Amino acid sequence: MLEFEDIQHLLLTRTPALTGRYEFLSFGSQAGGRAWLRGIRETVRSAAEVRASVNEDKRWVTVAFTWNGLRALGVPEASLATFPEEFKQGMVARAEMLGDTGVNHPDHWTGGLASPNLHAIVILFARNAEEHSRCISTHQKLLAQCEGVEVLSSLDLEATPPFDYAHDHFGYRDRLSQPVMEGSGEEATPGSGPLLKPGEFILGYPDEDGPPANLPQPETLSRNGSYMAYRRLQEHVGAFRDFLRQHGQTPEEQELVAAKLMGRWRSGAPLVLAPVKDDPALGADMQRNNDFNYKEMDPHGYAIPLGAHCRRMNPRDTAANMNRRRMIRRGATYGPPLPENAPEDGVERGIAAFVICASLIRQFEFAQNVWINDPNFHELGNERDPIIGTQDGTFEFKIPRRPIRKKITGLPAFTTVRGGAYFFLPGLKALRYLTTLGSEAEAGIGGR
Amino acid sequence: MSGKTTKPSWQNPAAMAIPKEGFFKLEQGRYGPIFPRTPACYGFTIIAKIKPGREEAIRGYGKKIEETIAGLPDGLAVLKLHYLRWVLFDIGKDTYFMYQGIFDTDFDKYTEDAVALFSKYGINTVFENLEGFPEDWKTNTPAFIKFVREHQRPSFLEYGEYPYVSAEEIKKALALKAAFSDMLDQMQ
Repeated sequence: MLEFEDIQHLLLTRTPALTGRYEFLSFGSQAGGRAWLRGIRETVRSAAEVRASVNEDKRWVTVAFTWNGLRALGVPEASLATFPEEFKQGMVARAEMLGDTGVNHPDHWTGGLASPNLHAIVILFARNAEEHSRCISTHQKLLAQCEGVEVLSSLDLEATPPFDYAHDHFGYRDRLSQPVMEGSGEEATPGSGPLLKPGEFILGYPDEDGPPANLPQPETLSRNGSYMAYRRLQEHVGAFRDFLRQHGQTPEEQELVAAKLMGRWRSGAPLVLAPVKDDPALGADMQRNNDFNYKEMDPHGYAIPLGAHCRRMNPRDTAANMNRRRMIRRGATYGPPLPENAPEDGVERGIAAFVICASLIRQFEFAQNVWINDPNFHELGNERDPIIGTQDGTFEFKIPRRPIRKKITGLPAFTTVRGGAYFFLPGLKALRYLTTLGSEAEAGIGGR
Repeated sequence: MSGKTTKPSWQNPAAMAIPKEGFFKLEQGRYGPIFPRTPACYGFTIIAKIKPGREEAIRGYGKKIEETIAGLPDGLAVLKLHYLRWVLFDIGKDTYFMYQGIFDTDFDKYTEDAVALFSKYGINTVFENLEGFPEDWKTNTPAFIKFVREHQRPSFLEYGEYPYVSAEEIKKALALKAAFSDMLDQMQ
């Protein structure tokens, strides 16, 4: 049974937020960091609480820490040593393997995210602008009372219009395919795969391989926690639209090019089920829009190209060990929308997303290193993910079709990584434990 | 990131001398350095000392795995293997186990898939007879991978008579040959 009352809500619930803000914090002193955590902790809701009150709530708060942040709060060294190596190293140290090279390199990241002094993130999602402002003001008051706690940077989030469905700045419908855990009370939509063991996403539960093992210590700290890989991806909307115009003579052809890159029409309708013409009703229908496979329905990629984004991020029945590679995605868009037909205005806009999983190396890093950036994924030879892969103009994108495939060479980068970090998302009891560190922590791991 | 694959013609036999480290340029994968694709494909050579008195147990696994694969001919297909070779040899009074694999995927990229599949079919169990093998390997994939990497001995020369050809391409070519041969027979 999942301990809903201890698990931070972000892991198990989506909230009807239209706005939000991420604040990235650094703790100048252990005492200051713990004072801040004591103050903010009361606002952090469990999955059980949010499920009960989401219709009345106006804001939802999540807090998470880097490995350096756990140390900055006073977690003992013996305990810090029990965390997995990739989390200890942090995203910056893993940049080359993740494909964060060239303009995506941490040297170019914004907001102090590449700094070892990045210690914590506080995620605010709010129902409206008024609540957004109120929460920021309240948080500023808390920060003013906590000596040495510095805001390295913040990022304001805004849903992009139209607001009746979630989509990114390119216009693609989002939130279509999410894994569902056993015992979560959620039902998987058709095609979303089997219910997965909760240990794939939450520490302390059996995973697809068996009982929990090798958890960070003490258990009070790790139980009901998870890891989050944060990615701030700038979306080059002007370049994306130019590309569509370059490769499609008519609006219909341009839509098809956009659909081939993603594997879905921007409405969300998957090409396997709507190969020739968009079907917005299908795209919006959660009972149908994910109900397809590749092995039988599209083995050669005539509908969804083998290298399309959605095929790489979830190869479904064409990958081994699939149940050990799934990830929960959360996040939001930031920056103003670029109006249709407007030229690129140079303003940064994009998505600021979290990948949540129990093993960064096995889930997030595998997806980033292999599915997204392996040029030879599905034996494609010279391709990377056309939407979020590391593109430098030397890779191609092949669109299988009869009688002759279309090959687009010199694919431009539609996204740039502007920041990222690995965070640990503790359960509520663990947050309380962290506030009590200090002199008692000398008792060592398992001391509480 | 491994770069783009360059593919000289399969008609030109090729040899590649490899630096002592096993790679030309240090490129980090998830679990450690990435070893290059050579004219003889990707591969590993793991050499480890066996625990005293375990030789017969290891040899016994040979028959067991033969039977496993006979019952599950596609069991290891996703690993894109060409060949696996298991060898036992003595140095002084000690016996060593050599496990050599030749395959078409980057060792680092699909490590967990290999561990999972080998575990599923009991192939990894033989490792329990090796000195220093982590006792908790079934629940500690990183420890398993660390052992494998620590016992990997990179080649300093690899040769391919038909370089850079994948097992998939060979199987396709043989299927085509068989189909063509059938067609010729039917035209008699």
